[in-house]
Amino acid sequence: MSAPLTASAATSAIAPGARPVTGFWRRALRHRSFVLGAVLSLIVLGAALLSLVWTPWSATDIDIASKLRPPSAAHWLGTDVLGRDIVSLLLVGARSTIMVGVIAVGIGLSFGVCLGLIAAARKGWTEELIMRMSDFTFAFPAVLSAIMLAAVAGPGMVTSITAIGIFQIPTFVRVTRGSANAIWAREFVLAARAAGKGSFRITIEHVLPNILSILIVQATIQFALAILAEAALSYLGLGTQPPQPSWGRMLNDAQTLLFQSPMLAVYPGAAIAIAVLGLNLLGDGLRDLLDPRLARER
Amino acid sequence: MSDAPLIEVKDLGVRLNTSRGPAQAVRGVNFALRRGETLGLVGESGCGKSVTALALMGLLPESAVISGSIRLDGAELIGLPDAAYCKLRGNRISMIFQEPMTALNPMHTIGHQVAEPLRRHTGVSAAEAQLEAIALLDRVGLPDAAKRVDAYPHQFSGGQRQRITVAMALACQPDVLIADEPTTALDVTIQGQILDLIAGLVEERGMSMILISHDLGVIAENVDRMMVMYGGTVVESGATDAVFARMGHPYTQGLFRARPRLGARKGTRLKTIAGTVPELADLPAGCTFADRCAIVEARCRAALPAVVDVGAAHGVRCIRTDVSMGAGGSSA
Repeated sequence: MSAPLTASAATSAIAPGARPVTGFWRRALRHRSFVLGAVLSLIVLGAALLSLVWTPWSATDIDIASKLRPPSAAHWLGTDVLGRDIVSLLLVGARSTIMVGVIAVGIGLSFGVCLGLIAAARKGWTEELIMRMSDFTFAFPAVLSAIMLAAVAGPGMVTSITAIGIFQIPTFVRVTRGSANAIWAREFVLAARAAGKGSFRITIEHVLPNILSILIVQATIQFALAILAEAALSYLGLGTQPPQPSWGRMLNDAQTLLFQSPMLAVYPGAAIAIAVLGLNLLGDGLRDLLDPRLARER
Repeated sequence: MSDAPLIEVKDLGVRLNTSRGPAQAVRGVNFALRRGETLGLVGESGCGKSVTALALMGLLPESAVISGSIRLDGAELIGLPDAAYCKLRGNRISMIFQEPMTALNPMHTIGHQVAEPLRRHTGVSAAEAQLEAIALLDRVGLPDAAKRVDAYPHQFSGGQRQRITVAMALACQPDVLIADEPTTALDVTIQGQILDLIAGLVEERGMSMILISHDLGVIAENVDRMMVMYGGTVVESGATDAVFARMGHPYTQGLFRARPRLGARKGTRLKTIAGTVPELADLPAGCTFADRCAIVEARCRAALPAVVDVGAAHGVRCIRTDVSMGAGGSSA
């Protein structure tokens, strides 16, 4: 069989669409919600990166004399009640938002997925223990655990990130265990066991790749929830501390002036909406693009 | 090789914990298989065929209680630690499953899945394994194997996928191949092709094979010896020719009568075996077939009948073989 083999092996190198990696970007650019989500997410990310090197004004300088100015050439979106430039606040706020989201989801994802995979692979009392512990954690709302943490460690960004992260673990445990159990029941896992693979290898090679798309979508939803949770904690004074700006704080500062200057609430609200929408579209797009079964249709 | 059996199963019993309580899924199964021999397991759904196969593979759920002995080349497999069993699975004992549509991981290329057992058990490089995988896929008759090695399972038909699972199972040249209803999910025309392929490979590589099927025709054409299972016990066993020539157990006879026949007059009803398979959770004390048997007696229900030899290496677990194998008893 070697002679025809080499001949067809040469042609296989240019066979289109068969490999997921080569065709990925081409398919990605044709996927509308992925492109839109990526653009919106990149705008937020770009704003955060830009704030590291440049902002129109300092985001922390207070200038009471020019408070609540309407949009102008100097202040593109006007100023807030303390005379801070809105554009600068939004740019720096993006940084806090992304940091809280990334770290909190990172905590939830890494612990949650590991525990969920262990629960699905081990079954028995290990699974029971992990699930009851996550139920226990889930019973405390993020706000409550943040208050408890703040009482011990003092309020601040680290406290709010930790609280949100811990709060996210049980969600990831449940999603991971549920979808991993479904994969464990599939025949190809039995076939993999019949081929001599242990439960660790099966978890890494068969279970994880098959639930990855679910986890990605869940992570984007959790990212959005983390942004909202951060806003809630900031409102309670447990999150980002002044003078460090954040979208959640801006929103809550604007609350008292809602009838006087409604646009002050609209700007951070729109920023949060853009970030959340972008992440959700990005997650949806990735789910489609990462699944080889859907690769053909798009 | 030698005359010593490759696989020797003695008094195998499996008790499963089901939601309806413990169920004796398999009891008193004995057989020995020499290198190159083929054995067929036939019976209805839930008769213990697949449980026997999974017991051989060491893949029963952890709650299952196994008794008796399974020896591979003289080494006891029951109670073997999982790590040691992992080294045997896919390497010395392989299995082909019923559903080719679900037996392949949708996320990996077929080349990767066929090469995987090779890399795992023989330690060859990725490139060598890939070449070997192409050769295997070529051997199992996958058209354009070299071109399609990087394709995903959803891009193949059911018959092609079953060819791929055969290639996976045979990658490491196992001594024993267990084929659990390998063609049940396929079209009739494809069934024959796959069975011929498996039979050819078994002969070519000198493997032993255990073929599980509910189809007497498949068993008749593909194996040297056969065992008929019912309610977790082997009710009849022997050389395939001998069993088909003189069926001893009323269940085997019923199974044979129940098969559809070509050329039967239109409107002819299929014969059935009255009643249903007993629940494994509450099996009767005596013969498991007693409730559906036409020639049942009181003593059939007293205790599980012993195996009666009715020919050379042809055993029947029935105390009424004088009647069942008497005039007009066999076939019909």
